[in-house]
Amino acid sequence: MNTSIYRRRRFTNAFNMTASMLTMAFGLFWLAWILYTLLAYGLSGISADVFTQITPPPGSAGGLANAIYGSLLMTLFGTLIGTPVGILAGIYLAEYGERGWLAPATRFINDILLSAPSIVIGLFIYEVYVISVGHFSGWAGSLALSLIVIPVVIRTTENMLRLVPNSLREAAAALGAPRWKVIMYVTLRSAKAGVITGMLLAVARISGETAPLLFTALNNQFMTLDMNQPMANLPVVIFQFAMSPYEDWHTLAWAGALLITFSVLSLNIIARWLGSQKTPSH
Amino acid sequence: MTAKKTKLEVKNLNFYYGSFHALKGVNLEIEAKKVTAFIGPSGCGKSTLLRTFNRMFELYPGMRSEGEILLDGNNILGRDVDVNQLRAKVGMVFQKPTPFPMSIYDNITFGVKLYEKLSKADMDDRVEWALRKAALWEEVKDKLRQSGNSLSGGQQQRLCIARAVAAKPEVLLLDEPTSALDPISTAHIEELIHELKQDYTIAIVTHNMQQAARVSDYTAYMYLGEMVEFGATDDIFTAPKKKATEDYITGKFG
Repeated sequence: MNTSIYRRRRFTNAFNMTASMLTMAFGLFWLAWILYTLLAYGLSGISADVFTQITPPPGSAGGLANAIYGSLLMTLFGTLIGTPVGILAGIYLAEYGERGWLAPATRFINDILLSAPSIVIGLFIYEVYVISVGHFSGWAGSLALSLIVIPVVIRTTENMLRLVPNSLREAAAALGAPRWKVIMYVTLRSAKAGVITGMLLAVARISGETAPLLFTALNNQFMTLDMNQPMANLPVVIFQFAMSPYEDWHTLAWAGALLITFSVLSLNIIARWLGSQKTPSH
Repeated sequence: MTAKKTKLEVKNLNFYYGSFHALKGVNLEIEAKKVTAFIGPSGCGKSTLLRTFNRMFELYPGMRSEGEILLDGNNILGRDVDVNQLRAKVGMVFQKPTPFPMSIYDNITFGVKLYEKLSKADMDDRVEWALRKAALWEEVKDKLRQSGNSLSGGQQQRLCIARAVAAKPEVLLLDEPTSALDPISTAHIEELIHELKQDYTIAIVTHNMQQAARVSDYTAYMYLGEMVEFGATDDIFTAPKKKATEDYITGKFG
């Protein structure tokens, strides 16, 4: 055995191993720092008031209740509008898209939409909806968010359906099942966990979006559950409060940032867990 | 000799994958309530032929067929034939077990519900009947609500056979049904084929010549898309008329 070659190989291995550990540590360091700062500043701001009081004027006590409810409502409606469209389009692309030009064209446009800056989507809704109805509103915010949900859900639904083996479609078709039944009861069902995961990831994505809400839902100092009113929401409130010179607004902004981060984190964990719950295939 | 009843008659069938000529002028008669085996090397067209009997090929673009396949005298390749109703009459079991992502019970009822409306009690009876036919009832009767995926490979394949049988087809197509299974499961399924031919016309594609010899009444040897020889299994395996068939069966080729 040639020991010098062997020793060099061991050295290269050790060197590469150390280098990749260091780069990983470098990357994780910033993430840990961000999380630490968030916890350090945010935790002190978290109290029952955050969930029950509305955003205060400078110098008085208050919470984020209107922003929390606004964000929840707009995320809910954004998801409710975007998900069905996304799932249906994903089904079309995966199950009917093998012939013709429409599916490749749709897929291409969807990829563009997926990477479009969210501020463009905000401006678009401002132009076509806010200007025509004449005021900012929760609906406008939900619409803008739904436009972010759609491409994410389309992409994951299509990918998940493509993972379903053709043998399963053939087996269902071989029993004389029409195509829509094959899709509803067999294909979509096999891909269920993946499709739900995609939906949760889309929710996580929109729950932190600021830009599309700036020109659509705007903000509201008061509590409202009326979707036709301008609506408070966490990202825009954080933006406004963090930019202000007031100390107590800063504290609330940190608390809001912590809330968003942890809801996104838990959504991601749930999505990962669901994704790993796939029915065992062999 | 008693009168033979032809269930499926293939007349001058040609099949193309795009520009590839996969089946070349195949002629064949499949007798009712008998087992007909298709053997031949990989790529000879035996699976393709089987998949024309229920027009499975139509799921994919770029495939077309010419000629006629008569099921009880009616051409199933005709344009006006309802493919789904055809498939309800001509069931199929595939190489790999394909349980649907639902309970064992729902796996069986999926095909039945498509074309029949049964009461709960009748459906229960049908499920039991189908599972007994597939020799699976004793093993699963206490876990009908469990997922079909929880069964072993051999059990899953018998579940697929039960699912096909439950819809009461007239013809059963088996596409290498045991190639993914161990010898014990294979033996189970071969016994099953013997049972099933009392009621069904069976066409089976197999790579295993001993299996063809064991389970079938008729055997067709195919090569490069052509039907080389077709006849009673005993004749094909003991006194083949063509040299090519003999070479394949004795292992000199293929």
